[in-house]
Amino acid sequence: MEHFLSLFVRSIFIENMALSFFLGMCTFLAVSKKVQAAFGLGVAVIVVLMITVPVNNLIYTYLLADGALSWAGLPDLDLSFLGLLSYIGVIAALVQILEMFLDKYVPALYNALGVFLPLITVNCAILGASLFMVERDYNFGESVVYGAGAGVGWALAIVALAGIREKLKYSDVPDGLEGLGITFITVGLMSLGFMSFGGIDI
Amino acid sequence: MDSVKETLTGPIFKNNPIALQILGICSALAVTSSLQVTLVMCVALTLVTAFSNLSISAIRHFIPGSIRIIVQMIIIASLVIVVDQVLKAVAYGISKQLSVFVGLIITNCIVMGRAEAFAMKNPPLASFMDGIGNGLGYSVVLICVAVVRELFGAGKLMGVEILPLVTDGGWYNPNGLLLLPPSAFFLIGLFIWALRSFNTEQVEQPDFKMAKHKPVEEGA
Repeated sequence: MEHFLSLFVRSIFIENMALSFFLGMCTFLAVSKKVQAAFGLGVAVIVVLMITVPVNNLIYTYLLADGALSWAGLPDLDLSFLGLLSYIGVIAALVQILEMFLDKYVPALYNALGVFLPLITVNCAILGASLFMVERDYNFGESVVYGAGAGVGWALAIVALAGIREKLKYSDVPDGLEGLGITFITVGLMSLGFMSFGGIDI
Repeated sequence: MDSVKETLTGPIFKNNPIALQILGICSALAVTSSLQVTLVMCVALTLVTAFSNLSISAIRHFIPGSIRIIVQMIIIASLVIVVDQVLKAVAYGISKQLSVFVGLIITNCIVMGRAEAFAMKNPPLASFMDGIGNGLGYSVVLICVAVVRELFGAGKLMGVEILPLVTDGGWYNPNGLLLLPPSAFFLIGLFIWALRSFNTEQVEQPDFKMAKHKPVEEGA
């Protein structure tokens, strides 16, 4: 249990997807103008990460890894080069299914997430989390916790940035820095703040 | 011929994918702590963008509109797998250092963005040039950032010592902060500032303008 808790905290704060691995930056910068929109997107990312990382973990362990197909009588087959193609396929398909499911059974949430749901397919944080999961050899339990933690960390970062940007529009920024430039510098300062979590271990 | 040259050079400064179109920032920041890794990443991305543009443009009349994203995704993913396998075979050390970021070229918005915005509407040759141009635009920013980060953060370029370090009896005290993630954000922010000081039409309009301060009347 302690191991899982430690992994969870680490993936939220120390290895924050957005602020220390720069993943999902495009959407991170584009959708962080309003807190409400940022919150919706954050929730969507948490949900999608919690589903896709474990599913990709199962696919990797039972289909793609070296010798994983031994249950089908093919112990020498190593399909790990197909990894990238399968992960992105799984992500795209799952997002689509999730969209249809929410539309039918939880319309309130579907309306709240709106356009962000399909956008998530091309969010690097989602694919990145799956790739990190494979690279670090997480097992199924760890991948569930890691998916949730990475999602929460990303959501936290984007909501915080949106909060700052809402205030920032009242400040007098030099011409060339207006918009994208000052946002980058703000994110840099946030990332500096998050770095102070480094070394915390439970 | 002029238009081909224009598609090739336009994205480098005038319409830079990172500084202006806000595309492909994720990997731009993560791989720039050493110049060698950055160069490999730039070559990989330029090739993937160019060839995905070429092949998507070549079959653009046969892609049904409703599934075009999936088709583009599969073409891009296949190209990235080729790049990934080649890197693993030829330069294993660098491929380990790049870790997940080679795979993340798939979701790099530059590749998808150019495929969707340019290759779907233009003939193969122009699309290929557009891919190379955008790849180069991306590379220019990345290389600038990487040079600053490696030179001042570690005193080296491509692993060769340029500024003799204090620890080796030289005079340069390395600034470790530049090797950490936040500095990448600062450098890109400053780079955008510099670029927009030259091209003032790129400056974004603020939502609000501060009113000029009025001098306070005496005795009011």
